[in-house]
Amino acid sequence: MALNLGLTSLFLAFLSAVYAAVVVLAINPRKQEAWVESARNASMLTFPLITLSALSIIILIVQGHYEVAYVANASSSTTPWYLKITALWGGQAGSLLFWSWLMSAFTSAVMLRNWKRDRSLMPYVILVSMITLAFFLYLSLFIENPFERLWQNLSTGDVKPALFQPANTQLFIPRDGNGLNPLLRHIGMIIHPPMLYLGFVGMVVPFSFAIAALITGRTDDEWIRTTRRWMLVGWLFLSLGLILGGRWAYDVLGWGGYWGWDPVENAALMPWLTGTAFLHSVMIQEKRGMLKVWNMILIIVTYALVIMGTFLTRSGVLSSVHAFAQSAIGPLFFGFIAITFTASMILLFWRWDRLKSETQLDSLLSREAAFLLNNLLFMGVAFATLWGTLFPIFSELATNQKITVGPPFYNQVNGPLLAVIVLLMGIAPLVAWRKSSFKALGRLMWIPAVLTLVSLVAFYLLGARTPASLLGYGIAAFVGFTTLSEYVRGVMARMRLGENVFVALINLAARNRRRYGGYIIHLGVVAMAFGVVGSYMFQQETQASLKPGQTLALGGFTMRFDSLAQFPLDDGRQVSRAEVTVLDQAGNTLGQLFPRHDLFDSGQPMTIPGVRSTLGEDFYVLLVGWEPIAANGATFKIYLNPLINLVWLGGLIFIVGTLVAAWPDADEEKRYIAESVSTLERAVKAS
Amino acid sequence: MNPQLLITIYKIASWIIEQLIQRRAESSPQAKAKIIQQRKTSAVWSLVGTLMFLIGALAASMFMCVDFVFAQGGTPPPITDDQVNAVAKQLFCPICENIPLDVCPTQACAQWRDTIREKLAQGWSEDKIKDYFVQQYGERVLAKPRTTGLSLYVWVIPPAVILIAALFFAWYVRNARMKTAAASVATSSEEVDEDDYAKRLEKELSKRR
Repeated sequence: MALNLGLTSLFLAFLSAVYAAVVVLAINPRKQEAWVESARNASMLTFPLITLSALSIIILIVQGHYEVAYVANASSSTTPWYLKITALWGGQAGSLLFWSWLMSAFTSAVMLRNWKRDRSLMPYVILVSMITLAFFLYLSLFIENPFERLWQNLSTGDVKPALFQPANTQLFIPRDGNGLNPLLRHIGMIIHPPMLYLGFVGMVVPFSFAIAALITGRTDDEWIRTTRRWMLVGWLFLSLGLILGGRWAYDVLGWGGYWGWDPVENAALMPWLTGTAFLHSVMIQEKRGMLKVWNMILIIVTYALVIMGTFLTRSGVLSSVHAFAQSAIGPLFFGFIAITFTASMILLFWRWDRLKSETQLDSLLSREAAFLLNNLLFMGVAFATLWGTLFPIFSELATNQKITVGPPFYNQVNGPLLAVIVLLMGIAPLVAWRKSSFKALGRLMWIPAVLTLVSLVAFYLLGARTPASLLGYGIAAFVGFTTLSEYVRGVMARMRLGENVFVALINLAARNRRRYGGYIIHLGVVAMAFGVVGSYMFQQETQASLKPGQTLALGGFTMRFDSLAQFPLDDGRQVSRAEVTVLDQAGNTLGQLFPRHDLFDSGQPMTIPGVRSTLGEDFYVLLVGWEPIAANGATFKIYLNPLINLVWLGGLIFIVGTLVAAWPDADEEKRYIAESVSTLERAVKAS
Repeated sequence: MNPQLLITIYKIASWIIEQLIQRRAESSPQAKAKIIQQRKTSAVWSLVGTLMFLIGALAASMFMCVDFVFAQGGTPPPITDDQVNAVAKQLFCPICENIPLDVCPTQACAQWRDTIREKLAQGWSEDKIKDYFVQQYGERVLAKPRTTGLSLYVWVIPPAVILIAALFFAWYVRNARMKTAAASVATSSEEVDEDDYAKRLEKELSKRR
């Protein structure tokens, strides 16, 4: 029942998406109002339909319909109920449907929120978002259908998934499912994919508005305002997804780090980079009417990277080009990216004249130039990342030999670029629009510079002795001080108007949330920069096999191996759990840790670290091996990750700042709508 | 063919050509001299840029070729796990997806780490062990792509593209400033003054209200 319901509503959702897109293409939206309304209703209908379809899958999983291939692959009878729900995005077919569901949710939100305000753009927003949605629904229907059932051939006994019963077969019902991939049975993995996908689909909205602006020729300020808001929403979720993904890797993958420049990570990072570039350069367009073409390009590239990110992670192209060629999903994605990108570029060239700059750059020492440099650097990082991610594919195509582009490449190429970005983040907000002078800049910067020098001495005394680390800490400290100085200046200016410190601080942020929210984000980045420099440059590790009672020392700490226990769990995994004690230099006990190693019945291992976490550093212990029979010896790997908690703390500040900057301003909305209405009324009266 | 499309293509082409030859409407000798001066400056800039790029590329490739050679000699026999990991860190698991060998938890990788241990005990150098792995499993085991053959492009292309983009950026900024200067809208430098900062801030804040 649920199966038929889900399949039917999926098909109907596909039909309404196609219908909405075709209607917009076929009519003249300015004259045929009723048809536009119809297209809107069809596009909004996709949301309840896909919701129904997704619910059907969850019902199938919860009820244990293992004859459905997806259910068998993503769950089992021992899977807890909450993981049965999240199993919706635990596998390929389900996650594609989940993508579509979020996409239709976003589209409906746009329809409800922006319908009146951006009336003339909306038909084409429907067109672009429905084409994208139809593409993903097509994949869900015809290539990766989550409702496929298993059929056993009566003569050969082969079991194959198919939507409809093939000839000479009978339904095959496995006794139990394979269960969700153990690595995904983690709180981080429950929240991380939805956030990442929300970020991805959130960035489809700005693209829809950009294309709508190009088609209608209404390339004035209207679309860019709307677009910036939606981009900020997508960007917020993408940032959250990236941070949560890092935390998940740190907690579950057991390699002592949080970011490995893995292709899957890169796929999510690239749209974030171009989106960040856009969020900065859009300010130049709003303030000075410049860079209109460039902003269009940034949005188009971001959209292409979003689709490509999904493609890279979903088509299997990364593991092997040959696997990619065999499945139908890869070439389809490839074609879709090529077509949408080319079409967008043609549109852009067509409207090139309307996107002329209204003003010109006045000075090399100006906010505009600083933002341009910011864009150059972000695009540089994005390109290097793209190149490193795709190169193994090129290599395999050209020479039939795979190569690995590992972290050393990214650290060497992106490391310096990112450092310059952070430095620029400290200077740019001090540079005035249009034109600034070194004198003015010097006056604003000397206090932060002096404070930076003082803290550098402190860092040196605290043990940061290498030039690279001093440079890293120095940049981060300088940016922190300049950003704080912006707050101080603002607050002092307001205090001169008679407000006390706290009122001044609150008013400052409340009156210009975008700017001061932005600075909070910058402070978050500063904290993260400290964490990254500390944990990357001063990470220590050691590994040794110990007998109970033996110790292993690392960086002022000593770890004593106490005991090891092995036991099975209900869900079939075999757990090996060690008890260790962490001691400081004087021999005082700091605490006990329980690093463990779980071996799942599928043969997949999972290494869960025991971590003693303080603001100063994480003492991160992994149980990497043990002697199986006597069970009285074990191998441990210890990482000492200094300042790593600043990465998470900085991430939190970052998200708070984004919320401050992005939270919808009720008054502003009302005023805007009132303004639009009154303009309309006047126009009606005049005519 | 759609005439609009043809016009668009024509526009693109003419824009590119215009940018390339910097055709300007001015005809006065002063303007011509200025254009020549401009061209000279851009030629010099490109030359300097190219030279810097070459020097940078050379330095980078030298830096990359000088890999650390593991200290040998003394009394080697007990190979510690840390020594093994130091080598394994530079290698990727030949069968798993994108997992460095020093942290890969599979049984196969444990065996590969044992291989490294054996080779180290036999007195093999780090490079020799890496070469051995490449020979056995292909270049995909190297975490850091080589700087020879096709892999060289991994290293060369990003800096080259970023450099070209930087040159374009410099050209754009210079060009834009020329135009502004030509328009001679000499705006007085808006220096931020401590005293009128309060005023400016208030103005900006109230504008956003």
